[in-house]
Amino acid sequence: MKVKQLSIFLENRKGRMKNALDVLETGGINIRALSIADTSDFGILRLIVPEPDRAKKLLEENNFIVKVGEVIAVRMPDHPGGLGEILGILDGQNINLDYLYAFAEQKNEMAIVLLHPENIDSGIKALVDGGAEIITSNEIYGL
Amino acid sequence: MIWNKQVECMSDDERKKLQLEKLQAIVKYAYENVPYYRKRLDEIPIKPEDIKTLKDIEKLPFTTKDDLRDAYPFEMFAVSKREIVEVHTSSGTTGKPTVSGYTRGDLEIWSEVMARGLTMAGVDDEDIIQNTHGYGLFTGGFGVHYGAQKIGATVIPISTGQTKRQIEIMQDFGTTVMIFTPSYGLYLAEEIEAEGLNTEEMDFKAIGFGAEMWTEEMRKEIEKRFNAPAYNIYGLTEIMGPGVGLECSAQDGLHIFEDHFYPEVINPETFETVEDGEKGELVLTTLTREGTPLLRFRTKDVTKLTRGKCECGRTLVRMERVKGRTDDMMKIRGVSVFPSQIEKALLRIDGVEPHYQIIVTRPHLMDEMEVRVEASEDLFSDEIKELVGIREKIEQYIHNEIGLRVKVTLVEPKTIPRSEGKAVRVIDKRTL
Repeated sequence: MKVKQLSIFLENRKGRMKNALDVLETGGINIRALSIADTSDFGILRLIVPEPDRAKKLLEENNFIVKVGEVIAVRMPDHPGGLGEILGILDGQNINLDYLYAFAEQKNEMAIVLLHPENIDSGIKALVDGGAEIITSNEIYGL
Repeated sequence: MIWNKQVECMSDDERKKLQLEKLQAIVKYAYENVPYYRKRLDEIPIKPEDIKTLKDIEKLPFTTKDDLRDAYPFEMFAVSKREIVEVHTSSGTTGKPTVSGYTRGDLEIWSEVMARGLTMAGVDDEDIIQNTHGYGLFTGGFGVHYGAQKIGATVIPISTGQTKRQIEIMQDFGTTVMIFTPSYGLYLAEEIEAEGLNTEEMDFKAIGFGAEMWTEEMRKEIEKRFNAPAYNIYGLTEIMGPGVGLECSAQDGLHIFEDHFYPEVINPETFETVEDGEKGELVLTTLTREGTPLLRFRTKDVTKLTRGKCECGRTLVRMERVKGRTDDMMKIRGVSVFPSQIEKALLRIDGVEPHYQIIVTRPHLMDEMEVRVEASEDLFSDEIKELVGIREKIEQYIHNEIGLRVKVTLVEPKTIPRSEGKAVRVIDKRTL
């Protein structure tokens, strides 16, 4: 039910993000989803990739700091209000989100949202109870 | 005018005679009253009676800042606490500061030397001195205060900061003499201009500045902005505070008050005394200090001494303005900072790597300090707010250690250059 996510520390400096992505390219690792959080002097690059452990190792060998964390991936209909329904479920259960990012899944006209609640297990429970479609890592990797 | 013509214009022979008498007395005094000196002299061994000429001072051991730190708080006191009427401290690299204790007699000497120095700058009892040096454990504020009062000038003990108020007061009170650090002076000048005021309409007679390194260009700029000559003040807490040496109208070096402070310049590697005119580390012996007499204190300040009668009429030796250090101390906004203090603060935080770099700039007249710290896996979090929290925590720890606000930047691992041997910890981009 949980999807592994890589978080990479990036200095807010020209070329740093590209350097990280170049490492993955060299390793033949294709990125499934990506988001970046930034402040004035540093940022966090968050990635969903197949083989997260190998990706972590590759990045670390190139002096990046990487943490592997977990997020919840939920499939939702790709129409206005789709994300709102999912957030409504979490809201209803008083679950706070740290962050989320989403992308459209063209072939099924669906969209996928990656959620990072404060407490991942209660997040999953709320979503399951609320009837959301939680998808597995393998499904995402295969998209 | 010369405040104390008798000592400030002594002949070489008179001076040497006076210094020898005082040196013999202070060595005996320190030996008999400070267990630390008794031990150090006995180890050599040397007795106070062995000081027969001024040259014999070279037989005495050096006193370092570390020695004083080890004696924290009061072990260097030569008198009982009852006789100490004031204390000041200087910041220390490894936690404990060094303490300087003053008897009533010491305060009288301090007042006397500062009165002489301010008189060199033309200050008299008609003047109104706005003293922006801090009043506190830092000696800057009080030293100027005592000297100005001794002269009979009017002191405005305003301390640093409150720039708007400073400007209001200098207009309303008719300040004639400003005392500030060069960088604060330049900042003040900007603010004065920003308020649409003209310093030419104010009536400044002289500026006294010190407590940080400056360039001749900065002096010229300050003189232009304030429309008055600016004079350098030198001193250090361990010896007395400001008043060890000041500049006269010739603005060609600082006259050291040799009847109270005996200067030597040494080669910091061989520890041998160098000839007048040669550069080296300034070493000072207090010739008259009662509370905390110091023998051959290593100042770590690089300078050279020049003898000969000055065009101002004084015969006191002149030291060149300090342009460097023999250690890694920096002066940031007038505050002494050692890289080791930053290191110490960092080591207190779990997960922080001891790889750091200090970048000092002066983007807008005031010194800014950035500390670049390598992030580590332990410290890294997926949450922005946690990372910002860590950065703020590091800033707070450094602030607690050095008393200054700095900007901390987290950088990626292994991006701070490692150098073999001594790491390059400090990049000082200021032109000093």
